[in-house]
Amino acid sequence: MNVAEILDGKRVCVCCGSGGVGKTTTSAAVALGMAARGAKVAVVTIDPANRLANALGLEQLENEPRRVQPSRLATSDLKVDGELWAMMLDPKRTFDELIERIAPDPERAEEIKANRVYRELSTAVSGSQELTAIAKLYELDQEHEFDVLVLDTPPSRNALEFLDAPNRINSFLEGRALKAFMKPTGFGFRTLGRGAMPLLGGLRRITGIDLITDLTVFFGLLGDMTGDFSQRASQVEQLLRADTTAFVLVTSAARESVDEAIWFGQRLETDGLPFAGVIVNRVHHDLLGDREPHELSDALAKTLTPSLAGRVADNFRDYHVLAARDDHNLARLAADLDDQRLLLVPQLDDDIHDVEGLARIHRYLFASEAERQQLIDDLVA
Amino acid sequence: MPGLLDKRLLFVTGKGGVGKSTVAIALGLLAARRGRRTIVAELASQERIQGLFAENAGGEQFRELELAPGLFTISIDPQQAMEEYLRVKAGPLGQALGSSRLFQAFAMATPGMRELLSIGKVWELAQFDRRTRGAAPYDLVIVDAPATGHGVGLLRTPKTFADIARVGPIAHQGRTIADTIADREFTGVVAVATPEEMPVNETLTLADEITGDELALDLVVVNALYPARFEETELAELTAALSRTRSPLARSALRAALSEHARAATQREQRDRLSDHVNGRLTELPYVFTDHLGIPELEVLADALQDALP
Repeated sequence: MNVAEILDGKRVCVCCGSGGVGKTTTSAAVALGMAARGAKVAVVTIDPANRLANALGLEQLENEPRRVQPSRLATSDLKVDGELWAMMLDPKRTFDELIERIAPDPERAEEIKANRVYRELSTAVSGSQELTAIAKLYELDQEHEFDVLVLDTPPSRNALEFLDAPNRINSFLEGRALKAFMKPTGFGFRTLGRGAMPLLGGLRRITGIDLITDLTVFFGLLGDMTGDFSQRASQVEQLLRADTTAFVLVTSAARESVDEAIWFGQRLETDGLPFAGVIVNRVHHDLLGDREPHELSDALAKTLTPSLAGRVADNFRDYHVLAARDDHNLARLAADLDDQRLLLVPQLDDDIHDVEGLARIHRYLFASEAERQQLIDDLVA
Repeated sequence: MPGLLDKRLLFVTGKGGVGKSTVAIALGLLAARRGRRTIVAELASQERIQGLFAENAGGEQFRELELAPGLFTISIDPQQAMEEYLRVKAGPLGQALGSSRLFQAFAMATPGMRELLSIGKVWELAQFDRRTRGAAPYDLVIVDAPATGHGVGLLRTPKTFADIARVGPIAHQGRTIADTIADREFTGVVAVATPEEMPVNETLTLADEITGDELALDLVVVNALYPARFEETELAELTAALSRTRSPLARSALRAALSEHARAATQREQRDRLSDHVNGRLTELPYVFTDHLGIPELEVLADALQDALP
């Protein structure tokens, strides 16, 4: 099993995982690999490291993918037959565009964009990135410009935010709760229904009145658009559930990341979302095998000064604490996410920050079973 | 200006995966050793700390639990915080509202409301006169804050709400909390970064942004720094040994040594980049080679913080 097989027949690849596990790099390497295999691929990312963004020619937040020039890709020995496109998502602008698209006329769109509740909503770090990332994915999918779309989900501590935050904002925009308090008056605007008064009276006493006024104005402006939000939300949901979509979970082999990957994987399965595979980064492979540690000391003593040999052995011992930890966590991951194949990428020397580095990771992700074994053997021997 | 651990409220923030919880608890252990009754509060129902010490949790979520002598932890759930706030502030009416599912759904969906409620609970924990009847006061509250971007947002939430509501109880409460956060005698901010490009970038951004908010970074912790085991001059020796030895095991070990040296060197470049920017407020914690960070390992990290926090 490799990424090419996982993504066979897929148009959308959603890379999920908690913060700090190398999600952006992995997404870029997946996209590069698919492009190398002849596809026209777009990778949508939120917040890549500067050096990686520079390597891909991404200079600013943008709203449309931009082609990564073939000359940039030529820096590695990977031959790219297809096209790699990339974009750094601008959540605020994407949100504004969404409003412009749905609003009945430009004046209404401007009024909404100027509304204080909207400004808070569209710039709130929590939620707006997730919502706009999915909205962008949906839009690109509708345009049919690309063979494959790879989404690097926003950096949050908790991978579940990606699934939950858009729902939270959507249910706010749909105004489900507020709707119950309101009744239509026939002018496209809504006023408060009588049944809501005692409850809203209480709300005012506790919160201060202006918040309620702002919200009422906001929902008045949204008017019938709330229906469009519901409709879009269900279309996006369909896209995420489609059998041409693949959720790929990215994790490291450390305990907390693995715990979170297990929760998230189980959640994908419970929700019936197309869970396609797990990529585990920064794995410390066992280098000792069935050999005894003293064999190492003997071998090192023959070739190094005692001081240096001692430190090399210390380093090796510490490395093996992590190898044992990873081994244990990978076993747990495999057991708790049954049938999910794990694609392992070893701990590399350095942060990946250029196309050459991506090509290096790509080798592990797209290797056949035999090639992968060879790569690991090379590492060990 | 009081020392960091003599303040009343500390926000520990940083990018996801850099070890915020680890640093928050290590700081908590150190404060508790110095006789300060301390609580580490996790936000947004991450339940990470309580998960790390599952044996202590006993299935009781969102309660104050004792991790070590004088060190407590709580996971703050916005919904629970709202019910508590309504109960205490608005009596029977509040209770009725709190149990209205419609109201809950509405309040929870209002942008920023979850953050406001969470930070409101943090503020409550930091009061000597606790809103919760019979609750013992804490000398120090350490907040294990959400990822950096969210973290700055969190610190701004009370002021934003005060501005939006303008008048009324939320405005009043928001303003009170905002004043508390702006009071540098009372509140401190600690940023955690691993010595890698992205976490360092985020910390540099945070340092700039937070100054604009009239706050400041009191301490930057570079976490999980690999040991520098080899001198630059020894690299040639290691490389030469790699080419002459036939033992596969020795070759693996030599490769691992070279690889770790490369990582340790890159980490130091990143640390220096951060250090240049936040002059004098930087301290380091070593990478802990272990399967799992338990209280004994965290005590060692608390020792390491000791010198930076006289």
